[in-house]
Amino acid sequence: MAPKLPPQLPPQNRVEQAGDASGTAGHADAGYHHGPKGLLRWLLTTNHKEIGTLYLIFSLSMFFIGGIFALVVRAELFQPGLQLVQPEFFNQMTTMHGLIMVFGAVMPGFVGLANWMIPLQIGAPDMALPRLNNFSFWLLPVAFTLLLSTLLMPGGGPNFGWTFYAPLSTTYSPPSTTFFILSLHMAGISSILGAINIIATILNLRAPGMRMMDMPLFVWTWLITAFLLIAVMPVLAGVITMMLLDINFGTSFFNAAGGGDPVMFQHIFWFFGHPEVYIMILPAFGIVSAIIPTFARKRLFGYASMVYATSSIAILSFLVWAHHMFAVGLPLVAELFFMYTTMLIAVPTGVKVFNWIATLFQGSISFETPMLFALAFVVLFSIGGFSGLMLAIAPADFQYHDTYFVVAHFHYVLVPGAVFAIMAAVYYWLPKWTGHYPNERLGRWHFWTSVVGVNLTFFPMHFSGLAGMPRRIPDYALQFADFNMASSIGALLFGTSQLLFVLMIIKCVRGGEKAPAKAWDGAVDLEWTVPSPAPLHTFETPPRFQHQEH
Amino acid sequence: MTGVQRTVTRTLVVLLAMFVFAFALVPLYDAFCRVTGINGKVENTAQALIRDSIDESRVITVQFITRGSPGLPWKLEVLDRQVRVHPGAATEVHFAFTNHGKQAGWGRAVPSVSPSEASLYMRKVTCFCFQEQRLDAGERYEAPLVFQLTRDLPDDIKTVTLVYTLYPVDDKTLAAKVLANEAPAIVVPGIAVPGGEA
Ligand code: HEM
Ligand SMILES: [Cu+2]
Repeated sequence: MAPKLPPQLPPQNRVEQAGDASGTAGHADAGYHHGPKGLLRWLLTTNHKEIGTLYLIFSLSMFFIGGIFALVVRAELFQPGLQLVQPEFFNQMTTMHGLIMVFGAVMPGFVGLANWMIPLQIGAPDMALPRLNNFSFWLLPVAFTLLLSTLLMPGGGPNFGWTFYAPLSTTYSPPSTTFFILSLHMAGISSILGAINIIATILNLRAPGMRMMDMPLFVWTWLITAFLLIAVMPVLAGVITMMLLDINFGTSFFNAAGGGDPVMFQHIFWFFGHPEVYIMILPAFGIVSAIIPTFARKRLFGYASMVYATSSIAILSFLVWAHHMFAVGLPLVAELFFMYTTMLIAVPTGVKVFNWIATLFQGSISFETPMLFALAFVVLFSIGGFSGLMLAIAPADFQYHDTYFVVAHFHYVLVPGAVFAIMAAVYYWLPKWTGHYPNERLGRWHFWTSVVGVNLTFFPMHFSGLAGMPRRIPDYALQFADFNMASSIGALLFGTSQLLFVLMIIKCVRGGEKAPAKAWDGAVDLEWTVPSPAPLHTFETPPRFQHQEH
Repeated sequence: MTGVQRTVTRTLVVLLAMFVFAFALVPLYDAFCRVTGINGKVENTAQALIRDSIDESRVITVQFITRGSPGLPWKLEVLDRQVRVHPGAATEVHFAFTNHGKQAGWGRAVPSVSPSEASLYMRKVTCFCFQEQRLDAGERYEAPLVFQLTRDLPDDIKTVTLVYTLYPVDDKTLAAKVLANEAPAIVVPGIAVPGGEA
């Protein structure tokens, strides 16, 4: 009964855009000649597309730097015993890998996509606060140069894990910790400014006629993510400020000798940290909710329930933080409370997975690269969700906590989850960005090598974790040798296959099959009404949006 | 653009509120733990005995554990490792501090109760843990702890463990506190603490 082909946007909408776009294309060229050229142009740009590109390039560079650190870790763990690096350096590598991937690769990657696509998807000419946008981007290279430079400082860089638990990160931390705090402050301010900008854009610059419930899900999920950022980044800023005071000014927030409490660090950190993990996954939900309907050539099943599910995940994410702390000695009521709230969060998550599968049902599906990544996301993210449910069982978590099982869990939700979603988005929107289709053959190679690599790396970690291998150690007992060797080989495969991703991007920028405005025939959102490549300035006169039934 | 300005102002207000909230979490956390007894924190000031009848039908095992910490060459020993008490009865146990270092210094023993629910029913009349201690090099000092488990201690609690962890105290922070008259109580009702003469 569902129609095989998607209802198109009202024709009047597209016609208007075609006219508008050809007008702006010339305009864009003119604008290009006004501004400064070369490096200065990129330094000073306030254009959402250019800033989006900067964010994405930054994110990709950090992905490789963080990836190299991970490969150092995996190389050391290839065999039991200490072969390549000293334990001190090993700890710096695990820490920096986590920090860089979370704050440098995944978050800026999503912000880059938001910058490029939100104005295009809501019919806005640019972000609401273009100069602030420029500033929030340029904070990032400064922050991460500073963070990376701590590796060269006496005593080395941060070595206390990406969760920087006190007192490891205060009393026992290397002298460079103050710089680590400073760089995290900068990255945090950048995220906050980005979030303000996104909220201001979405709430104020939608095309006339576009109601909230008409917005594409990528816009919706980013709006909710931005609210999460506004709510928890200040808490992160607070907790690292307390660390700074403890380290340099003799306060005792986390020092029991002075009346403080190290467990309180964990409470405040995870009050930020759990919503933070949803910050890294909600935009991914939005991306997948755009790609699956496009390639199934059907409308998204349950649009409204997607919006409500996303909102309830966001609200619930403030009530589950102590599931990271089941083993600190919480009282029984707290263990139970956090166990049940955590399991409750799986319900709206399940609604989403259900909706994606229902969208596929009876669709006329084609398997271009973006769709492959989106489908892999659904399957592999669900595996991560299930291991999450296992960890949510408080008594079981006493065994799983701080083992490789946790590492397996969060890498399943973050790598074939968040990272695959970003890659899917890149393949999906590259035609819009460059005017060329990405090379399908290369895309497929990239996809399959990545899928095999990811699973070979992270699936064995479930087993080594259940068998008791602790996380964050440079050496391990002999019985874990085979699992670790498999993981290390998988990591090498996954890492090298990302070179294909870069190759694909370079080829796509340089040339390739020309893409029309509407690059994918099942795509319906507003970005497909502007020409490909999207001219520098779009929607200078707002399009008139006519809403469809969801 | 007033729409944008309004949105930005509102988000800035929320931002500021959340930053303040992060710091407010510290006293809130403390208050929450104290009220509910959740993290085993005990009242760190002297409390009066509740003169209740003694519940002779129950016997609770109270164990004491002491721990040192790096950076402080002190040892804290408990002279009675384990006592068996009736709820309602006041009991005295003795601890000994020794400074094995070559310098006089300040330290502090921070208590924690396990299971944490029990901390609500643990009343300390006298404790060396109420403030910082000063020990000369090589000095040994014995100090009493007088405590009472109140009669309303839940039935399912049969064993209570008190852990004391020694922490070094920075002379400068202590000196600041003494100067600010916040830690003058070298003498607490009931006991004299070393360092009083310093
Ligand atoms: C069904 C949903 C989920 C449930 C029930 C769940 C549950 C849990 C639990 C209980 C832990 C703590 C394990 C421990 O330390 O012993 C954990 C850790 C973690 N989860 Fe999830 N999770 C879910 C989804 C996600 C998602 C979507 C993400 C991110 C995209 C995520 C990221 C993480 C991370 C990063 C950690 C480890 C943090 C660390 O200690 O370094 N989880 N999860
Ligand atoms: Cu969590």
